[in-house]
Amino acid sequence: MVEALFSVSFAGPLVTVQDAGRPGNMRYGVPASGPMDRLAFDAAHAALGNAQGLPAIEISLGGLMLHCKEGSVTLAITGGNFVVEHNGQKTSSWIILTINKGERLAIRAGTEGSWAYLAFAGRLLSEDWLGSQATHATSGFGGGAVQTGQNLVVADAAIRNDRLGQIPEAGFVASDAIRAVIGPQDQHFDENAVACFLSETFTVTDAYDRMGMRLKGPLLGLDGALSIPSEPIVRGSVQVSGDGVATVLLADHQTTGGYPKIATVISCDTDRLAQWRAGQPVRFTSVSSQQAINDVRRFMAQKTQYLAQISVARGSLEQRLASENLIHGCVFD
Amino acid sequence: MEPRFKNIADHALLVTFADDIDSGAHDHVIALDKAIAAKMPVGITETVPALVNLLVSFDPVLTDHSAVEAHVRRCLDVLEIRTIEGNLRKVQVCYEPPFAPDLEAVAVATGLSTDAVINAHLAATFDVLMYGFAPGYAYLSGVPDQIRVPRKQTPVRDVPAGSVIIAGAQCLITTLTMPTGWSIFGRSPTSIFTGDPNHPFLFDVGDRVTFERIDQNTYARLSGETSHG
Repeated sequence: MVEALFSVSFAGPLVTVQDAGRPGNMRYGVPASGPMDRLAFDAAHAALGNAQGLPAIEISLGGLMLHCKEGSVTLAITGGNFVVEHNGQKTSSWIILTINKGERLAIRAGTEGSWAYLAFAGRLLSEDWLGSQATHATSGFGGGAVQTGQNLVVADAAIRNDRLGQIPEAGFVASDAIRAVIGPQDQHFDENAVACFLSETFTVTDAYDRMGMRLKGPLLGLDGALSIPSEPIVRGSVQVSGDGVATVLLADHQTTGGYPKIATVISCDTDRLAQWRAGQPVRFTSVSSQQAINDVRRFMAQKTQYLAQISVARGSLEQRLASENLIHGCVFD
Repeated sequence: MEPRFKNIADHALLVTFADDIDSGAHDHVIALDKAIAAKMPVGITETVPALVNLLVSFDPVLTDHSAVEAHVRRCLDVLEIRTIEGNLRKVQVCYEPPFAPDLEAVAVATGLSTDAVINAHLAATFDVLMYGFAPGYAYLSGVPDQIRVPRKQTPVRDVPAGSVIIAGAQCLITTLTMPTGWSIFGRSPTSIFTGDPNHPFLFDVGDRVTFERIDQNTYARLSGETSHG
């Protein structure tokens, strides 16, 4: 078995191992966890030619620095616009490169985005919990937080020269207001609250982690009923605490809770919102549940097509030069 | 009991049987949960029972709210409500110091001796209502009237996993080191995480639970044998 061994020279807070997640355990208080940005996570694996859903490292704004101690492996970095430094050479995320023994890799927050993904052409070894290596950040169960000083082992480490270079980013992701379906507890709000939620601008605060994102903005008035029986919560629930402050619940959300939910963000926009940073403005727009399903189905179809496109190896540099030469007649045009 | 249906985003349906906590509503939640699990139609991914409602999650590529609602209505048409059908689970608990920092305060607040508080807890049969807050946190209802105490004003930090805590009518065995505002009056060597991949959590919603008193030596012996987490 060919292994690549890394030592973690530095890991910021909230850098964790994530795989596709552990759905099906919410009834036991366990959210699915998994990547905050599922499209970027899937793209990293697709572009490497990996099977979908393998473990990768989710990198927070805190950043990650690795030192390759043994072996070589090809890896992909996707997600927000992060700065990637490989052996002193600066590039940016949405890139595939090969790291060799003795080389260093640093991934730091860049101009935008909150989460980046580092996937390997191989199997990242980490702890399993309930059949998944996804980290539930609050408990640390699953693959776990990546800590400064620890080692990371990638088993079956492969070199894939035919995949090196930039990964084309998805062109179909919406860029306007965050789509949400009103409810399920909108009846517990005063009559202005829903209109206010849809017309005013909120701001992402730094009270933001894998559980949820608190928003700053107009207070959303509750209609007296402060204590509803604890109800199930989903990823994307916009819950409003007693003081009128809205929080969007994300991958590591609690599974039940007694705060009323004014709206629920549709699944593809939950991940788009998760990439936003403290200080960024957020506007919500209401869609019907049927529209939400239509929008998500279109998104999933586009995503499947996109992942299939980027999963095709483009060939080695020599092969690509040759093929482009055939098409364009001139390599250095 | 005619439920209310609410569509949640693109991927879930919330079926609500009552506005306030009500044992009849909870019986309906459990019965519907079992009925859906018995024959899971294509596209339904999981169900989450809570106090008065059931969340039905689905894959929006495979189905939609109206198809899922139609299926739930068909289940409801033939729903059989049986009030007691869960398993009875026994949980051992040591009520001795240092595991019971709030036992004395509960005794003072309720005007009982500490032994009377313990005996009341041992005499009760609890119902597993739902999980929430954190992995494995099962909310048990059935704290007897005479030992009910409100939440404390200020939560205590770093309460160890395995603590047996109460607030109002509810009791809970913690699974993680966490803050809590509930009264801590025992420690259990019985982990909610069983380590069995086929049945990873000790309780299912709808199970009943009784507690069994153990001393510190037994606790030490059992907790050495049981793996937490």
